[in-house]
Amino acid sequence: MAEEKKLFKVTIDNITIDVEPGTSILNAARMIGGDVAPPAMCYYSKLKGSGGKCRTCLVEVAAGSTADPRPMPKLVASCRTNVMDGMVVKNITSERVIDARAGVVEFLLLNHPLDCPICDQAGECHLQDLGYDHGKEGTRYEFGRRTFHKHDLGPYIQLHMTRCILCYRCVFTADQLTNKRVHGVLDRGDHAEIATYIEKSLDNDFIGNVIDVCPVGALTDKTFRFKNRVWFLKPVDAHRDCPKCSGKVTLWNRGDEVYRVTARKDQWGEVEDWICNECRFDKKLTSDWVIEGPTKVSRQSVISQGHYVGVKRPKETLGEVLEGRKPRLLMDIHDVSEVNKPNIELSKIAGPAHSDDFSKK
Amino acid sequence: MQALTSRAKPVERKPMTFVERLYLWNIFKGMMITLKHVFMKKPTINYPKETRPFSPVFRGLHVLNRDEEGRERCTACGLCAVACPAEAITMEAAERKNGEEHLYREEKYAARYEINMLRCIFCGLCEEACPKDAVYLSETFAPANYQRKGFIYGKPDLLIPHPKENPEEYKQALGNRANKQQQAN
Repeated sequence: MAEEKKLFKVTIDNITIDVEPGTSILNAARMIGGDVAPPAMCYYSKLKGSGGKCRTCLVEVAAGSTADPRPMPKLVASCRTNVMDGMVVKNITSERVIDARAGVVEFLLLNHPLDCPICDQAGECHLQDLGYDHGKEGTRYEFGRRTFHKHDLGPYIQLHMTRCILCYRCVFTADQLTNKRVHGVLDRGDHAEIATYIEKSLDNDFIGNVIDVCPVGALTDKTFRFKNRVWFLKPVDAHRDCPKCSGKVTLWNRGDEVYRVTARKDQWGEVEDWICNECRFDKKLTSDWVIEGPTKVSRQSVISQGHYVGVKRPKETLGEVLEGRKPRLLMDIHDVSEVNKPNIELSKIAGPAHSDDFSKK
Repeated sequence: MQALTSRAKPVERKPMTFVERLYLWNIFKGMMITLKHVFMKKPTINYPKETRPFSPVFRGLHVLNRDEEGRERCTACGLCAVACPAEAITMEAAERKNGEEHLYREEKYAARYEINMLRCIFCGLCEEACPKDAVYLSETFAPANYQRKGFIYGKPDLLIPHPKENPEEYKQALGNRANKQQQAN
C-alpha cells in the first residue's frame, strides 16, 4: 500500500488550507483564491523557471513552520518560496506587505512611459490593474525615462521596449515552446532590453504566444496594432481543427469582423492552451472558426462595458406601420459617416492602418 | 358661504369717481408705464454682434484641440467613446508615418473621428475622460440644420484652426478656454 501523502497545513490571511509539499505560497494562495492571491507580474504557472523577478508577490511569513515558528525576517517572494507545515502567511492583512507592494509598483512604473492611450494592451494590461489595485497616486521620479533604439521583430510582433518590465516571460516562452530562441535580454542594468541579435524576426510557429504572455504592452500583435481598442471588441470563444495546436482561442470581434485572435485566458490572466501562429495571425475570417459563445468577462473589467447581456434586436416596425410603403426619408448612417465604412475592412489590413488606407476610396 | 382662504377679497362695486369716469386719465397712466419702459435697460441683445456671457460651466459644441505647434492631440485612445453615455463618438485609429510628425503629436492618431450630434447630450464626460486634453466642449452651440445628415460631425468640422497658420481663428475658437486653463494652472 502506497504511503499516504502528508499534506502541509498552511494559513494564509487567517484562512487555512492543506496543500501538497512543494507548493509555492503563491499557488497555495491561488487555491484559496480571491483577494488572498498575491498579484504576479513575472510568475507564470505554465512556464518553468518563471518568477522571482518582479517582487510584486511579496508576502510576510509570520511563522515559518510548526517545527520552527520564528517569523522570516524579510518579506519573501511568494512565487519562489515553498510552503512548510504550519506556516502562517500574511498577505493583505499585513501593513508591511501593502506598503512594500506600493513601493514595488512605483519601481515598476519608474521607467514605464505611461502611454496607455496609445498602447494596445490598455484595458487588459496587468500593470494597469496592479497600479490601480496596489499603487499610489503620482510618481516621485523626476528624471528622463529610458529610451531604446527600436528593434523590428518581424511582421507579426511589435516590440515596445520602453514599456517592458523585464519579467523574462517571453524568454521562457521561447525556450519552452520553440526549439530555437532568437530573442533574449541583452545588456544589463538600465540598458537591459529584449532584442534579437542582430535584427532577426521572430518567426517560429509558436512564437506568437509571447504576446499573450507579456503582462504589459511591450509585445503586441502587429496585425491588430491600432485597429481598435479591446473594450470595443466582443470576445467570443471559438475553436478550429488545427493540426499544430489545440485550436481553442478567443476571437475579438466587431460585428462579424475578427479583429484579433488570442489564446483563452484563465482567471489569473494566464493562457489556457498555447496556440500557433497560423491560428493567431492568419485565420481572421469568421468562417475559419466554430464559435462556441461569448467569453465570460469579469464585471470589473473595462472589456465588459457596452456588452449588453440578453439584448434582443428590436423588430423593424416601420414597414408594418407604413403598410409596406418605403419611408421617403431614411438616413443610412454609412452614407454620411466616414467611420466603419463597409468597404474598408480594417481587420484585413496586414499591419496598422496608415493615412493612405483611409484616403483611398 | 364660508371662504376657503382668508386671502379672498370681495369685489368692489362702488360707482366710479369723476376722474375715473374721465377715462383719459387712465390712458395717461397706462402711457406712463410704457414711457417708463423706454428708459429701462433692454433685456434683448444685438445677437450676432453681441453675445450673452455664458456660464463658466457651459458645455457647447465639441472641439478637437491641437498643441502649440498645431499637431493634433487626439491619439484615438477611445476613452471618450467609452465614457459617452449616448454612444455618440466613434473613431478609427491609424499609425503615424514618417514625415507626418508635424501633423500628429503621437505615433497613433485618429484618422477618423466622428460625433453624432443627434445623439450627443452635451454632458461633457468625453472632456473629462480625455487623457490628452484633446477634446473639449466649447462655448458655441451646434448650429441648426434642415437635415439629419448635417449633424454627423467629422474631423474637418471638429478640429480647431491651426494656431500658426490661422492664429486669429484659433484664438476665437479657443474662446475663454485659454484664460480658464491659465487660471487653473
